[in-house]
Amino acid sequence: MGMTMAEKIIACAAGKESCRAGDIETVTLDRLMSNDGTTHLTIDMYNNLKNPHIADVDKLVWIIDHNIPADSPKTAASHKKMRDFARENGITFYEGEGVCHQVMMENHVRPGELIFGADSHTCAYGALGAFGTGVGCTDYLYAMVTGTSWLLVPETIRFNLTGSLKHGVYARDLILTIIGRISANGANYKAMEFAGEGLKGLSIADRISICNLCVEAGAKTALMEVDDVALDYLKEHGREPKAIYKSDDDAVFSEVFDIDLNEIEPIVAKPHFVDNVVPVKECEGIEIDEAFLGSCNNGRIEDLRVGASVIKGKHVADKVRFLVVPASREVYQQALKECLLDIFMDAGAMVMNPNCSVCWGACQGVIGEGETLISTGTRNFKGRAGHKDSFVYLASAATVTASAIKGYIVTADKI
Amino acid sequence: MSKIWKLDNDIDTDIILPTEYLAFETVDEMKPYAFSPLRPELAGQIQPGDMIVAGNNFGCGSSREQAPEVVKALGISCIVAKSFARIFFRNAINNGLLLIEQPDLYDEVNEGDEAEVIPGKEIIVNGKSYPIASLPDNLTEILEAGGLVKAMRKRNGLD
Repeated sequence: MGMTMAEKIIACAAGKESCRAGDIETVTLDRLMSNDGTTHLTIDMYNNLKNPHIADVDKLVWIIDHNIPADSPKTAASHKKMRDFARENGITFYEGEGVCHQVMMENHVRPGELIFGADSHTCAYGALGAFGTGVGCTDYLYAMVTGTSWLLVPETIRFNLTGSLKHGVYARDLILTIIGRISANGANYKAMEFAGEGLKGLSIADRISICNLCVEAGAKTALMEVDDVALDYLKEHGREPKAIYKSDDDAVFSEVFDIDLNEIEPIVAKPHFVDNVVPVKECEGIEIDEAFLGSCNNGRIEDLRVGASVIKGKHVADKVRFLVVPASREVYQQALKECLLDIFMDAGAMVMNPNCSVCWGACQGVIGEGETLISTGTRNFKGRAGHKDSFVYLASAATVTASAIKGYIVTADKI
Repeated sequence: MSKIWKLDNDIDTDIILPTEYLAFETVDEMKPYAFSPLRPELAGQIQPGDMIVAGNNFGCGSSREQAPEVVKALGISCIVAKSFARIFFRNAINNGLLLIEQPDLYDEVNEGDEAEVIPGKEIIVNGKSYPIASLPDNLTEILEAGGLVKAMRKRNGLD
């Protein structure tokens, strides 16, 4: 019986020839990412251990991205704790360089790696064929100190992609459609694997957007087959794969879905659940107070190009705040070179430094009682973007930008 | 006996503890705000030893470990749900908070009912027994120690 990608990566990390879904394996991690959401808690626990040590400091990457620059003395203290600890211990450290997952994709993730991130959207790394999974700070601490952890080998749901996305339809629409179909816990404890000739037409930005959101279906990880698109990205960023795996032809999947990309339409996820999806046209006309283009899901240069092409020569609606937040310094600088930020600024948008922004309901741009946000962020939970009685709609960069112009939810083809 | 507080499906980590309260330095400061977007009065009503019964996908969302920490700090003895989101599941066990998956209980009990939990065997509510599975030994060891860090210390002879 063959093995899935997930089984192969875990078997390798466990030092075994093979493993099966349902096995519990002790694995050695390849990389350990943590951000300012919880690293201060990890440090507190670490300092309470007797004779603490870091198993392999070269595997640690710490990134301040959630609340950068600091917005309060408490945040500043938390950042200082993280910064000082990283420097004292020689931990690879980024601050203000971008949203953690984008920084990881640009600088660290390699196909075949098993990566823990103290952030739920760590499953994004599947875009490069790496098994990324989110953990809390205690699991992170254990892995940091021992170099290992335990994992239940997940079953895999396979998505065979065919065709290509129509003009005006984006990876965000695809993954929201999939989450709507399988539900917010449809992949709980499982891996979501994407393959098929439809994958070839998707850029790395598209692939990150898809893998990143799989946790919103409960997935433990997301995985994509590594092809020339992925290898070219790695080469451009000066890295080599650890190992390239694909699922065997006789691998066992818990479910298989065939998705024709041509059938995907522009989608929004309505409050307050990511699987509460409908075609954009069903929400057309709903008034918004704020629009957000950014996040680890849709803050890449490709997304900014889409947004800029929609808003060029137009203006943000009078009553709307439009936040544009490039996902990293690399993205920001590229957008500057392409004069995309001029287009957004001319249109009345606020261009912010790379960070998690309103996507996590702190940092900046939070919305007040009764207000509505349309966002390329990751979640639309009740209160996620600010006041408990506010509303978040999730959509593609094109739909978000078009809505910012009109002041109500609308597809970009209406601009 | 534990008093039941009943919550819905898909109780996410932003409901359990909204982002704006993560900046507090201690879990005790966070406690009054647990579940506040959904039921602002709930944190003040929960008494030590009470339990939560919920539907599917409890704890979906963020990896913020303050979520299970704050539930434990409120004195909740266990959460019984149809299913848990996986990061929350690990985080709860790692903080010594007992989670129990049970498919039928949620549909048959009401808030305010009293339950008796016999770990690894059954939950008894209104005279009816609901069977529950045992946790694997490694997770039981973590729970009994009060969390993963405490289990590590115990294993290494530090406590």
